[in-house]
Amino acid sequence: MASPLDQFVIKPIIPLGKIGASEIAFTNSSLFMMFVVGAIGLFFMAATSQRALVPGRMQAFAEMLYEFVANTLKSAAGKEGMQFFPLVFSLFLFVLTANFMGMIPGAFTVTSHIIVTFALAMLVFLTVIGVGFAKHGTHFLGLFVPGGAPAALVPFLVVIEVISFLSRPISLGMRLFANMLAGHIALKVFAGFVVSLGALGIGGILGATLPLGMIVALTALEFLVAFLQAYVFTILTCVYLNDALHPGH
Amino acid sequence: MATPQKTGTEVPGSGYAGPGFPPFKTETFASQLLWLAIFFGLLYWLVSTVFAPRLTEVIEGRASRIAKDLEEAASAKVKAEAAGAAYETSLAEARAKAQAIAQARRDEVNAASEARRKSLENDLAARLTAAETQIADTKTRAMANVEGIAAEAASAIVQRLGGSAPSRGDLDAALKAALKA
Repeated sequence: MASPLDQFVIKPIIPLGKIGASEIAFTNSSLFMMFVVGAIGLFFMAATSQRALVPGRMQAFAEMLYEFVANTLKSAAGKEGMQFFPLVFSLFLFVLTANFMGMIPGAFTVTSHIIVTFALAMLVFLTVIGVGFAKHGTHFLGLFVPGGAPAALVPFLVVIEVISFLSRPISLGMRLFANMLAGHIALKVFAGFVVSLGALGIGGILGATLPLGMIVALTALEFLVAFLQAYVFTILTCVYLNDALHPGH
Repeated sequence: MATPQKTGTEVPGSGYAGPGFPPFKTETFASQLLWLAIFFGLLYWLVSTVFAPRLTEVIEGRASRIAKDLEEAASAKVKAEAAGAAYETSLAEARAKAQAIAQARRDEVNAASEARRKSLENDLAARLTAAETQIADTKTRAMANVEGIAAEAASAIVQRLGGSAPSRGDLDAALKAALKA
């Protein structure tokens, strides 16, 4: 029986050469990144081509996504946060589409690789630091000094704040990666039970209905997780961007 | 399943397909990062230059269009209310004018009929007086005739009874005395 981890194996499709010890290739992961961006691109191209006053179904859905992300961003980072809208919207669409595309049987889940989620988290983290220093200069460091704390405690608090700030990209990337990975592993493990039990004859087939029901339930849960993790990633991005715009407690 | 690899039995191959936990294989990182940068960059470019501006344009255009339409509707309502008020006043004016005209006409008609009634009454009164004088004349003439007839009748009765006709003077004196009684 195949390992539940096989679905995460990266396979080169078109080898392109090497950079140092790293092999560069167009892989199954790259292919699904292309599918994700292609699907988003095609959908939004079609949905926004009319620019109708009274939207059709696709345009209404595109507007719904837009307003969902725009409201999340505005409520977390205020009106000025809208300058980051393209970044936040791209992140939301990319993660959401990648998560959902991973739910297609046999598909590769781009967001189940920590390097991808961590890279997206670092993108947010570096944007926050870059914009924070560009906008506020050294005042941005006020983010690490909690207001109203006793002077004796300030050094400890600053250390804690710095650690919590630096752990943000790790937790942001890890959360999405772990959720997608664990969900897909769980699905494959139960699917493996079905196959193993099914091979044991009539009693085994009856027994296999239990893990099969579990797969059905887990699939529903995974669809929820796919959306929820995209949303969590987005809202945390908005919260972190708020720090770049309004540092200081 | 379709994939030939088995846990623990994979042949350590070059590159990606070797043993180990796939997401932690550092040799795949460079390739993944490269393609992520390419495709996420493409997505960001599409969103920031095409999709977000289009959607902003549509949603803001709709919001301003709705605001403009509401404003127009409000001004149209004010206009309609003004027109309604103007209609009410002109209606009231017209009604008052109509009533004045009707009143004037009624007064005129009343005056005319009053005048006719008066002239008719005068005429009738005159004719009544004329008739009354005529009656009085006729009566006096009749009374004069009655005297003559009484004298003739009395003289005839006296002639029958006495055999001779009384004298004119006696007769008149006797008649006058009788008529007076």
